[in-house]
Amino acid sequence: MNNKKYLLTVIALIVAILAPVFIKAPYQLHILILIIIWAIIGTAWNLLGGYAGQVSFGHAAFFGLGAYSAGLLELHFGISPWWGMLLGPVVAMVMALPIGLICFRLRGPYFALAMLALGEIFRLLFTNLSSLTNGAKGILIMPAITSKMLYYYIGLFILGLTLFTAYRIVNSKIGYYLVAIREDQDAATSLGISTTKYKNLALLPSACFTGLAGAFYMNYVAFIDPNIVFSLSNVSIMVILVVMLGGVATTWGPTVGAALYIFLGELFRDTLGSANVLVFGVLVCLIILFLPNGVVGEMNMLKRLVKRKKSLQGGDRDEFLRS
Amino acid sequence: MVLFGQTVISGILLGAMYALIAIGMTLIMGVMKIINLAHGALVMVGMYVTYVCSKDFGIDPYIGMFIAMVILFFIGCLIQKYMINRLVEVDSILPENQVLLTVGIMLVLTEGSRLIFKSDYRSVATDYSSSTIFLSNMSISVPMLIGFFIALLFTLLLHLFLTRTDLGKSIRATAQDRDAAVYMGVNASRITMLTFGIGSALAAAGGSLLLPIFYLWPDVGHLFTAKSFIITILGGMGSTMGAIIGGLILGIAESLGATYISMGYKDIVGLVIFLLVLLFLPGGFRSLAKRWTH
Repeated sequence: MNNKKYLLTVIALIVAILAPVFIKAPYQLHILILIIIWAIIGTAWNLLGGYAGQVSFGHAAFFGLGAYSAGLLELHFGISPWWGMLLGPVVAMVMALPIGLICFRLRGPYFALAMLALGEIFRLLFTNLSSLTNGAKGILIMPAITSKMLYYYIGLFILGLTLFTAYRIVNSKIGYYLVAIREDQDAATSLGISTTKYKNLALLPSACFTGLAGAFYMNYVAFIDPNIVFSLSNVSIMVILVVMLGGVATTWGPTVGAALYIFLGELFRDTLGSANVLVFGVLVCLIILFLPNGVVGEMNMLKRLVKRKKSLQGGDRDEFLRS
Repeated sequence: MVLFGQTVISGILLGAMYALIAIGMTLIMGVMKIINLAHGALVMVGMYVTYVCSKDFGIDPYIGMFIAMVILFFIGCLIQKYMINRLVEVDSILPENQVLLTVGIMLVLTEGSRLIFKSDYRSVATDYSSSTIFLSNMSISVPMLIGFFIALLFTLLLHLFLTRTDLGKSIRATAQDRDAAVYMGVNASRITMLTFGIGSALAAAGGSLLLPIFYLWPDVGHLFTAKSFIITILGGMGSTMGAIIGGLILGIAESLGATYISMGYKDIVGLVIFLLVLLFLPGGFRSLAKRWTH
């Protein structure tokens, strides 16, 4: 079983590396890069939200901080925003410390709401501190590199790094502690797990990679404003959607979810015109109702469904009717 | 002093209408224990119903409000029965996927309205929309005053309903302890459905009262969702009276912030109060009231 998993990972990696050789059109590459960005944020969110069970409604704060670190370097100091890829994650992590200090005092829905409020506070601050951040006008930079292929490989590298780190954390002792906290925090405390410490240990890498994704986004899209990168509905909530679509607390779930989210979004935009978000909303409801643990999370159920159909053709109808 | 008085009064008037919307949310949260991110979208749908009544049929917004309430009551019941209730039965890793379902519902409602009404800003003009009365130099807008009194009336009626009628008592019992309520013969799933309907109807009422003052566009719901959360937490989950106090505080804080700090920062004031209450008074004002009475 383990060998099979390694094989699949290697195949996925090879496909990802070779993809730009076959896909040359800028539009298709753009879609792939968007998927990668969402996959990074999703994987980062999954660490805190999926494994540790601390559902954050404010990850836009880290994303925006990363993006603005890169943008402000260029705006105020004329330093290339690529340095923001180093600064962004650090800023996001430094800000994550007080945020964790405040929010981890709370649990469940209260934690979610506190994160939501913090995310919104950041958006409003960055909108109103116009002398520092250029306010609602946003920051526009002239990208030094225009080849989409290069962005694709940089993004892919970051995604690989994120997946690897998340995998290592989840499969270490910390990962088990995090799951224990998610399943029953009181039981975890009584067994001697310092819950606040381990929640912070999940938050820091989560913030770090979200900030990195933000800085990468700034470099790639070359324009940000507070309502884009700190958006509650388009970043904070969408990342939860991406993870839930793919599969909560699974390694590949967020990546699959990101691919589904972007592909379906583009497909609907192409075919349905102005009704695209409506259909997307309907789809979200259907997926949550029928695949509550996401596509990857319910893989076994889906497989069973397919197998059952096959055995049905073999004439074993009664079993299907009975179950 | 005139400026201060006027600011506080308009804050109080606005706050009561916010409170009405938030009471809808606090009822739903209290009984179902879920975060309903579609609440603002329900407010928005209610506002559009009233808008259509007023624009196409010439019905006064304060009468159209009742039509909106009835329609939203049924929409709320249907959403609860056929969507959210189903999720209670399925097994999943994170209970928060109910929240995500409400996000999906929010998307459907918002985009559905955008498809029908486009993204244009709309408002309802009545002959009294811009009229004001003066109270020793302080001008008070008439639609806000009417809205304030209707909101208070509805809250009072709801309070009586919850404390005096059997149905209201069953709702409170389900909110306190669902299992115990079921043992006592309360049909919990029916109560939950009705609660969602009543909550949606209240959201529609609050939205309709704000319609003569506010602009209306499909995304207006996000604003109300955020405000209702703040008020719900301020007042304590599931507490009607707490929601009133929370609404008034938010209204006053916002208008003071807008007058004395700046328009842009007025929303931050509300959010900071929200965080402080979450941290230092997690039960909201209800827990304060309890502490005093004991």
